[in-house]
Amino acid sequence: MTNHPAEKIAVRDLKVDGPFWGALKRDLLLSYRRKSDLINPLIFFLMVATLFPLGVSPDSVFLAEVAPGVVWVAALLATLLSMDSLFRSDFEDGTLEQLLLSPQPLFMVVLAKVLAHWMLTGLPLTLMAPLLGVMLFLPADGMSGLVLSLLLGTPTLSLVGAIGAALTVGLRKGGVLISLLVLPLYIPVLIFGTASIQAALTGLPVGGYMAILGAMLALGLIMAPLAISAALRISVSG
Amino acid sequence: MSTPRLKIENLFCERDDRILFDQLSFDVNEGEVVQIEGQNGSGKTTLLRILSGLSRHYEGDIYWQDVPIHSCAEAFRESLLYFGHQPGVKAVLTPEENLRWFAAMHPTIDLSKLDYALAKVGLTGYEDVPCHTLSAGQNRRVSLARLYMSNAPLWILDEPFTAIDKKGVAQNEALIAEHAEQGGTVLLTTHHELAMGDLIRRVNLDQLAGTS
Repeated sequence: MTNHPAEKIAVRDLKVDGPFWGALKRDLLLSYRRKSDLINPLIFFLMVATLFPLGVSPDSVFLAEVAPGVVWVAALLATLLSMDSLFRSDFEDGTLEQLLLSPQPLFMVVLAKVLAHWMLTGLPLTLMAPLLGVMLFLPADGMSGLVLSLLLGTPTLSLVGAIGAALTVGLRKGGVLISLLVLPLYIPVLIFGTASIQAALTGLPVGGYMAILGAMLALGLIMAPLAISAALRISVSG
Repeated sequence: MSTPRLKIENLFCERDDRILFDQLSFDVNEGEVVQIEGQNGSGKTTLLRILSGLSRHYEGDIYWQDVPIHSCAEAFRESLLYFGHQPGVKAVLTPEENLRWFAAMHPTIDLSKLDYALAKVGLTGYEDVPCHTLSAGQNRRVSLARLYMSNAPLWILDEPFTAIDKKGVAQNEALIAEHAEQGGTVLLTTHHELAMGDLIRRVNLDQLAGTS
C-alpha cells in the first residue's frame, strides 16, 4: 500500500496539453459525461422531419419541394437551441473566470470550445441530414448539396451563435435574447445553404454557393473568436 | 525595497449607486500577506475581482511592477493565481482532470506535482471520482490543490477557507505563510482569524469607504 502512489506516478502521463487541445479535450469529455445534452438537438432535428409531413401534407412531390428548406431550418434551430448552454455552466461554476485569467491566447481556447460544440451538434446534424432528406423525399441529386452545404454552413452557425451566447452568459435569462441577436446573422447562411440545394436539384452548378458559404465560414473563423473573447470579458466583468 | 509589486492608486468603485470605495490606495510588496477586511457587502470580492483584472468597473490606477495592469495583461496573468468565489471545478470531471485542465490553461501550474498536491489537500484516492460525488469542502480543496502546484508569485484568494475544516485551514495558512517567506505575495479575504502574526497586513474597507 505504501508504494502505491509511487507506482501511480510512474504510469501516469503528466504531459501538459496545449491550450487548444486542452480545451477541446475537456469540452468533448464534458459532453460525453452528460450525454442528454448531446442528444437533445438531434432529437429535435429528427422530430421536425417526422412531424412536418404529418402536419402539412404527406404528398411526396410537395415534400420534395420543401425538403431543403425544412432540413436547413431544422438544423439552424437545433443549433440555436444548443447555443445557450455553451458558456452557461462554465460561467456558473467559475471555470470561465479561470479561463479569462489564463495567460494562454483566448482566441485559441474559444476556437477550441466552438469546434467542440460543432463536433457535437453541427457534425452529427450534417451526418443525419441525408436520413431526413430521405424521409422528406428529397431526390438523390440534392443529397450531396445538402450534406456539403450543411458541412460548410453549420460551423458558421456555431461561431455566430457563440457570439450571442458569450454576450448573454451573464444574464439570468439569456435564451430569448440569443435568438434575437443571432437570428438575423443566421439568415444569409440559411439563404445560401438552401439555394445551393435547389441549384443541385435543378442541375445547376453549386460551386458558387459553396464558395460563398466557405467565405462566410472563413470570415467567421477569423472574426468570431475575437468577438466571442471580447463578449466574454464584458459578460464576466459585470 | 525596490518598486512595490502591486500598487493601487486612488481606486474608486461604485455599485448600484453605492460607493464601495473611494481614493483607495495601498502598496503590496514582495513577501507580504494582505488581508482585505470588511463587513458583508463592503466590496471585498469586488476589489479582488478588480485587482485580478476580471472586473473593469473602476476608476483609478493599478500598477503591476510599475506598469499599468492593462498594458501588461499577459505578463500579469502569467504571475497570477486567482481563487474565486466559485472554485472553478467542473462537477462531472474528476479532481485529476480538473487540475490537468488548470495546468493546460495556466503554464505556471506544475503538473508534475499533481500527486503531491492531491495528497496535501487530502484527496489521495479520490483522483478518479467525479467531483459531484465529493463534498463542498472537498470540491474547494480540488481548487486549492493549485496552490501546491503553482509557481505564480501573486495569489489572490477570495474566501479560501470557506467549507474547509480546521486542519485544512491550518495547513493552508502555513502554505500561505511559506509562499510569503519565499518572496510571494498574497491578497486574501477571510472571516477566519488568521494566526500569522506580523506577517499579515490588514486593509479595512469599512474605514476606507466610510461605511462603518
